[in-house]
Amino acid sequence: MSTEPVMRYTLDITEDISVERRNFTQGIAALAGLTLAPGVFLYCAAEAKPDDQAVSSQQRWGMLVNTNNCQEDCDACVSACNEENGLWSLGRPATDAQWIRKLNVKDRQTGHVTSMPMMCQHCEHPPCVDVCPTGASFRRVDGIVLVNKHTCIGCRYCMMACPYKARSFIHEPLQDQLPHSPRGKGCVESCTLCVHKVDRGDNNTACAEACAKEGHQALLFGDLNDPESEISKRLEQFGGTQIRADLGLNTGVRYQGI
Amino acid sequence: MACSVLLSGAVSGGPEDIPPPKGVYSEDTLCVEPVEVMRRQHFDYILDHRDRTVVEGIRTKQYSLIGCIDCHITPNAQGEYARYSQDTHFCASCHLFTAVNIDCFQCHADRPEEAIRKAQEPDVKAQQSVPELHETLQFSTITFDR
Amino acid sequence: METVRFSTIDARSAQYWVLLGLLAFGALVGYLAAHHMDVEGHHITGMNNQIVWGFPHVVAVFLIVAASGALNVASISSVFGKIDYKPLARLSALLAIALLVGGLIILVLDLGRPDRLIVAMTVYNFKSIFAWNIFLYVGFIFITAVYLWMMMERKMNRFTRSAGFAAFIWRLILTTGTGSIFGFLVARQAYDAAIMAPLFIIMSFSFGLAVFILVLQASYAWTRRQLGDAIMDKLRVLLGIFIAAVFYFVLVYHLTNLYATEHHGVERFILVDGGIYTFLFWVAQIFIGSVVPLALIFVKPLNQSRHMISLAALLVIAGGLAQLYVIIIGGQAYPLVLFPGMEESSSFFDGVVGQYAPSIFEILLGVGGVCVALIIVTVGIAILEFLPESLSDKALRLDPVTS
Repeated sequence: MSTEPVMRYTLDITEDISVERRNFTQGIAALAGLTLAPGVFLYCAAEAKPDDQAVSSQQRWGMLVNTNNCQEDCDACVSACNEENGLWSLGRPATDAQWIRKLNVKDRQTGHVTSMPMMCQHCEHPPCVDVCPTGASFRRVDGIVLVNKHTCIGCRYCMMACPYKARSFIHEPLQDQLPHSPRGKGCVESCTLCVHKVDRGDNNTACAEACAKEGHQALLFGDLNDPESEISKRLEQFGGTQIRADLGLNTGVRYQGI
Repeated sequence: MACSVLLSGAVSGGPEDIPPPKGVYSEDTLCVEPVEVMRRQHFDYILDHRDRTVVEGIRTKQYSLIGCIDCHITPNAQGEYARYSQDTHFCASCHLFTAVNIDCFQCHADRPEEAIRKAQEPDVKAQQSVPELHETLQFSTITFDR
Repeated sequence: METVRFSTIDARSAQYWVLLGLLAFGALVGYLAAHHMDVEGHHITGMNNQIVWGFPHVVAVFLIVAASGALNVASISSVFGKIDYKPLARLSALLAIALLVGGLIILVLDLGRPDRLIVAMTVYNFKSIFAWNIFLYVGFIFITAVYLWMMMERKMNRFTRSAGFAAFIWRLILTTGTGSIFGFLVARQAYDAAIMAPLFIIMSFSFGLAVFILVLQASYAWTRRQLGDAIMDKLRVLLGIFIAAVFYFVLVYHLTNLYATEHHGVERFILVDGGIYTFLFWVAQIFIGSVVPLALIFVKPLNQSRHMISLAALLVIAGGLAQLYVIIIGGQAYPLVLFPGMEESSSFFDGVVGQYAPSIFEILLGVGGVCVALIIVTVGIAILEFLPESLSDKALRLDPVTS
């Protein structure tokens, strides 16, 4: 039996930023080189935050849904979300997770039907965050409402509290989850606003990309805090409604045409 | 109490069955920290990084679990990636030996994305057989120093 | 009153061990059911993404509500100075702890990640009523245990009143917290109501006393101890008052809702066309759980029999479970209203009534929790002096019932 000498290490978690920073600045430099304009260099830097930088409350990510452009028979956004996040149906509709769904709303008086995607509304004052006993349900400072599945105990109180029925509980063991979308039995989950894409600097979500690809342009992702962003300009010009605005939650997802 | 663990001959078949990592992290060190440090303290790094990533959105690669998996979980000679339920999985090989029970891979991907996407293809999915967790465990070389 | 003597029950009899064995078996089966739910995931239960809380929560909330109510008998003696109830105070406090533990075990075992109980006990979001409740429950067990100690240790008797007062205040806060779990859910049509908290408090009075009466009668009958008519008569009248009070609060809750057009949908669902929920409301909760027990308690000659008191208590428990089933599951079954006045449809069951039928595993888990509570009582009265040797009119120096 051999014995290794006991060695003690102090844990000093200072990341080797230099390597990552180097890669990042190289990328930016390449972009800037292409455009030849120093102003665009700064614009690019503002788009994709460096990996080692925490998200900030200067942004508030949100979505604008233009229901006039949304087609009743189209569910491209739903398929794209399922594909992007690895939400594979287990053939049990009552317990299968749905992060985004197509909702049809019919006016009983007039018979008019409005079709729209419905998902987590990324509230500024989310009831799910209020009721979560462990604080697993939380709002990231850039406005994205998430579940920290490391502290979620699966009590489902958030599902009771959510006015939008946006959350799903995982009712069975899963396998083959995607690396950027960890999910598993016993925890609650919901739309993450494609947080992995946002952090990567894609500046878009899978559902909005798919909608644009279909040529419908019913979904627009963007920064509600940036007055120059497309979403802010459109909201300023045409306005946008919150669903269950009476609850005063200040949702990050706004709708036009309802 | 400090516990020193030797990996050699720990698991049936031995570490030679575990495909080598993709590469080295830098010129100075093989892994993201010296190997001896990683053996004992990888979880402290992962845990610290976990909270920063989930809550603050910090996405550096050095201590990210995806980074660990991408580098360490490589295909064997037959082009197959081990799952965590197999003793040829890099993480499982040692956790089994040390009788450490983790729940990371109940939610997290235990293989790189390309392996998972491949497993989702219908013809691959049909002929998959996931072996049960290790019948043979040999607790032969655990030594306690104090 | 000083002459009331307490003693442990004789735990050597075969019946005692048969009872304990049955209860232990029930608890074990409940645990195995919960373990199976944990391994397979909740898809084997009747619960789904529409009905997220099911039968285990009905039983758990019943036990927790009844726990605080079971303490009432002790509070009446210590806080309100009704000395006639004093001999019952110890059992009342023991039952309170037992029922709470039973209810909490169900809640914990139904979690999606019961292995993370330590997270629930160490990481708190203080805006969550659930988080407050964790403190309220643990505090209740602690305070009631101290209260019991003050009652049972002669040297500490002088603190009984203070401890009883603290426990009484705490139990009021606790049931307020339990009711508020539902009362604070702004989004749900059936829940968003401040009356939930007082409704739950008065429900706790009624359910807790009903359980207390049954446990008292069973333990005295099975140990062949004297249980006089005078004390039972007091409990009978008290139960009647509590049933009537619950009835009144239910009436006010529905009348308030019926006044606002916004709530007509959910009221129609519960009161008229909600299927099983309508049936449970009218038949189980109102008729079996309120009208019949009131008749058994107040109408002569029905109320002359001891058995009728037991039956009334049993019906109150059945009605109480039905009431919580209607509140918890019926409240979720009614679809969430995203667009008031509109018809909603989707692949995610928007606009349709949620479907739920409890699975065998949920029922076994619920029964297991009840068994745990009863085990605590059964073992408790055998090892410590909770029960007076006699509760006969003579021993209590109460006037015999003359009516």
